[in-house]
Amino acid sequence: MTGARLEIAGIGKSFRGLRAVHDVSFAVPAGAIHALIGPNGAGKTTIFNMIAGVYAPDTGSIALDGHVISGLRPDRVCAAGVGRTFQIVKPFKALSVLENVTVGALHRHRELGDARHSAEGILAQLGLYDRRHQLAESLTLPDRKRLEVARALATEPKLLLLDEVMAGLRPTEVDVMVGFLRELNGKTGLTILLIEHVMRAVMALAAEVVVVSYGEKIAEGTPAEISRHQAVLDVYLGEENAA
Amino acid sequence: MTILRRLVHGVAPRVLWMLVGLLALLLVAPAVLDTYGLSVLILILYFAYVGQAWNIMMGFAGQLSLGHALYAGLGGYVAAGLFTHYGIGPWAGAFAAAAAAALAGAIVGYLGFRFSLAGVYFALLTIAFGEFTRIAFDHLDWFGASGGLFLKVDVAPNPFDLRGGPLLFYYVILALAAGAFLLCRLLLESRLGRYWLAIREDAEAAQAVGVPVLRYKMLAITVSAALTSLAGVWNAFYYNNLFPETAFGMSRSIEITLAPIIGGLGTLFGPVVGAVVLTGLGEVFTSVGDTLGIPGIKQIFYGIALLVIVMYRPAGVWPWLAARFGATERRQ
Repeated sequence: MTGARLEIAGIGKSFRGLRAVHDVSFAVPAGAIHALIGPNGAGKTTIFNMIAGVYAPDTGSIALDGHVISGLRPDRVCAAGVGRTFQIVKPFKALSVLENVTVGALHRHRELGDARHSAEGILAQLGLYDRRHQLAESLTLPDRKRLEVARALATEPKLLLLDEVMAGLRPTEVDVMVGFLRELNGKTGLTILLIEHVMRAVMALAAEVVVVSYGEKIAEGTPAEISRHQAVLDVYLGEENAA
Repeated sequence: MTILRRLVHGVAPRVLWMLVGLLALLLVAPAVLDTYGLSVLILILYFAYVGQAWNIMMGFAGQLSLGHALYAGLGGYVAAGLFTHYGIGPWAGAFAAAAAAALAGAIVGYLGFRFSLAGVYFALLTIAFGEFTRIAFDHLDWFGASGGLFLKVDVAPNPFDLRGGPLLFYYVILALAAGAFLLCRLLLESRLGRYWLAIREDAEAAQAVGVPVLRYKMLAITVSAALTSLAGVWNAFYYNNLFPETAFGMSRSIEITLAPIIGGLGTLFGPVVGAVVLTGLGEVFTSVGDTLGIPGIKQIFYGIALLVIVMYRPAGVWPWLAARFGATERRQ
């Protein structure tokens, strides 16, 4: 597992005339952790869905280590080395925790036994090993979030897309997840792009932050720069400070 | 060897011995059963087999087909037509039957899955295909049209042409049912089966972890259709006649779905247990109806019994039995 460079060039997407994302460009260097933030409805998840192949962008292109992945089907994007989690978690409910992650691991390990073995290792890292025989539907929300991450990691990605995996976690749980992701990134060099509302996590993890509002990129920089950026304060942090 | 190891991997020795014992019992059963007993056992095995085939689509891959009579009917007609017109025996005819059914399944599947018809809309598509095939066969003279296709019965018993008594058909359907059970176990314990389960649970999440969803759904429907067609071949030669009305009828399609629904969707034992329960109830209510002399009473009792089972054991009889007796197979 090593990281890949993500390059997004001028992507745009409209839904029935409604412009969800317009001319967004940014890059995540191999092995870096970047965050994508913005108010609700800003188009963050649409950008994720374009990277993951759920939608083909109307304009622009997305490349992973120089290979264009935009327009590929989600399973092909996965094969190219992108793992993703869903904002609204999508566990395979009637399967056990172990089987959930095993399905992800089958992507690189054709034999069920090998895949299971690999899945057990990932579950141990995420602290879910003791719950491996539980049905996924019986997990609490924080554990389901962890399961999302585990299943995505099982596909052995070079780029991990995390869509609000901290949401709903208690501060101590956020710290555990942050610690895990930082360690994972440090050990394997996996590139990570996260959508996050939990600023505590963004500040602790991201080397750079991309801010989107109404489908457009309005700022980009280190967390420190972003927190002083006037346009950002106006549309995003300003709102939160006022709340 | 590896196949054998995969088959028994993780199965408790106790369960293995029980299964071997059951198979041995079934092998010697004709020696002790009378004609009636044998015919009941034949029915049970038939429903266990088609149920297993249908369960691949619904229980494993989560795709509801209410038109499986299409594949059984096509299988029966193809094999019976080849036998009647060209003297080609059903053992060879079965391959043609399976190919025809797989092709039909691929067409239905491609239309449904490619254009993302889900749930009941997909089910409606499967019904539509069954129904218009029925109407088409009403007009296909080569297949006897609406007058029916009849197989020669005044010939010497010949296992190679599937001509013989109930005993022959018993062992053939036993082999099919046992084979389908083992095949489904192998499928489930493989990447293919796990991908089917993932698609059943959440197709979008499955695709995000690299599952080519369309391809695996297509595999599910073609495998299920091909297996179902063999039941149709067996059925045609067992009853020696075929009518579009019954071969492709809606009630045939519903009948195919009952054993796995009653027994437990997505489980290996579900279709088997369901077939035992359904056939058993059917026979009991038939004799009750005969004794009382009230026509139609069988259907009423049968309907009520199904209702009660589905209401009180929505996950099926087998998962409940398994939990009671401490076996471990839950819904996969």
